[in-house]
Amino acid sequence: MEVNRQILIEAIWETLYMVSIALFFGAILGFILGVTLVVTRKGHILENKPIFSVVNPIVNIFRSIPFIILLVAIIPFTRLIVGTSIGTTAAIVPLVLHVGPYISRLIENSLLEVDDGIIEAAKAMGATPFQIIRKFLLPEAFPSLILSVTTATIGLIGATAMAGAVGGGGLGDVAITYGYQRFDNVTILVTVVILVAIVQLIQSIGNVFERKLRRVR
Amino acid sequence: MIEFRKVSKRFVTGKRTITALEDVELTVNKGDIFGVIGFSGAGKSTLIRTVNLLETPTSGEVLIEGKNLQKISKKELREEKKNIGMIFQHFNLLNSKTVFENVAMPLLLSKHTKKEVDQRVLEVLQFVGLEDKIKSYPDQLSGGQKQRVGIARALVTNPSILLCDEATSALDPQTTKSILQLLRRVNEEYKITILIITHEMEVIKEICNRIAVMENGRVIESGNILDVFSNPQTETARNFVSSVVHDEIPQSVYRLMEIHNGRSHILKIDFVGVSSGQPIISQVAKKFKVDVNILFGNITELQSIPFGNLIVELVGDSSEVQKAIDFIQSDTVNVKEVIGHGSKQTNFDRSNLGNVVHG
Repeated sequence: MEVNRQILIEAIWETLYMVSIALFFGAILGFILGVTLVVTRKGHILENKPIFSVVNPIVNIFRSIPFIILLVAIIPFTRLIVGTSIGTTAAIVPLVLHVGPYISRLIENSLLEVDDGIIEAAKAMGATPFQIIRKFLLPEAFPSLILSVTTATIGLIGATAMAGAVGGGGLGDVAITYGYQRFDNVTILVTVVILVAIVQLIQSIGNVFERKLRRVR
Repeated sequence: MIEFRKVSKRFVTGKRTITALEDVELTVNKGDIFGVIGFSGAGKSTLIRTVNLLETPTSGEVLIEGKNLQKISKKELREEKKNIGMIFQHFNLLNSKTVFENVAMPLLLSKHTKKEVDQRVLEVLQFVGLEDKIKSYPDQLSGGQKQRVGIARALVTNPSILLCDEATSALDPQTTKSILQLLRRVNEEYKITILIITHEMEVIKEICNRIAVMENGRVIESGNILDVFSNPQTETARNFVSSVVHDEIPQSVYRLMEIHNGRSHILKIDFVGVSSGQPIISQVAKKFKVDVNILFGNITELQSIPFGNLIVELVGDSSEVQKAIDFIQSDTVNVKEVIGHGSKQTNFDRSNLGNVVHG
């Protein structure tokens, strides 16, 4: 059996397109939510119970909805945002809503790892809450944030496989429509190998960055 | 300079209320190296944190140069904090930043030209002796070097107060000494008032001129270091003092007393202040018909004043020995005879000068 090269290359591009755009917006969303979750919690620099007790459950809800359900459940919202509910671009909206809350939890964990002493020192210096976040928390958590984003990216690649459900295309879609439904095992194998390679590559890049930033000697 | 007026702090956790500070009254004068000592949980960490409002007092007030920082705006408070440097037990340096960047941090929080920052950072790094480490990262430094970076960072904004929160507790004795010497230089050369909290009496003995002892959130004793060391009023203070000034009589002395009898008298002489030292002993030997034999001695220096005790054996007739004792006894020297068996020691001293008595 012959694997259609043209289709594969197109699918790779669709996957990369979905992952990169969704990651970009998802990271922004996750970053805002993650920082909010940290600084508004009890005893932290901008303790705010109302905000925390709204954001925290919202993140939990989005984290617990299976992506395939989210994908179809928010179709009206997707149409509102990008004007269509099918196609690669349409798949990006649910991807963002899926990965954003996920990233926010990872960022929350990374920021909470920063020693409280650092915040105390910052306060003693007379830093504003914004400066504490910008100049103390984020630089200290940066290597760990890189790993978080790496993990999120890989999760995102997995989620794009389901984008076929709304005609989003991508490698996962090729594996199902051309491979699984036509009993074409070679196509399945090839797409899986490509996916594994992409994941490996991203993880390695993430690790290299993180190690550089931590200056492991 | 720093005045604590009836400062109390209570933490409420669920149904339980923990009183960390209770009616603390304390004044730290300009130029002091003021030491607060206490066991962990005594409230000293909370106390030092009320100075720069890392903890806000539940009641009472803390005045910095007459100003209550709780009554000013947040913006003014941030400005005031530049006048109060702080160093920490675990240094609290940014591991992601170089020594230079760490020290520059307080300056980068407000507007300064790059030139100003560079110049000032180099100046303080030279002061702490780390000018060759500006490009290193904290994890490449030893504990002592990290604390030097901490000190440089605290000094970079030219504060008039330096708060030291167990600054040497994570360091070995040798490094502790060098950091304390550096703190003394900070006090002398920059005229910075230093408030130290610690559980190590060595630290107090080494550099403080005034001291407060804390227990269960209260200041149970405070004063000039010589006064507290020579005449501690409370059990806790006595224990702290005896951890650095060994004034118990060694077993070997008691054994000696069993051998000598009759003509031999063993005396414990406590010194405090300027008249301490050898002249008394040599004069006794010259003036009276007694032989003087020094058995044990422990003299330390507090604020460059000798302080401690000597255990000597006087051999001679009882009347001569008594004359010698009367001669030695003075305002700053206290004598008691050490008597073996049963009662460990009896006060031989008949003067009612109300001075030094240990133990």
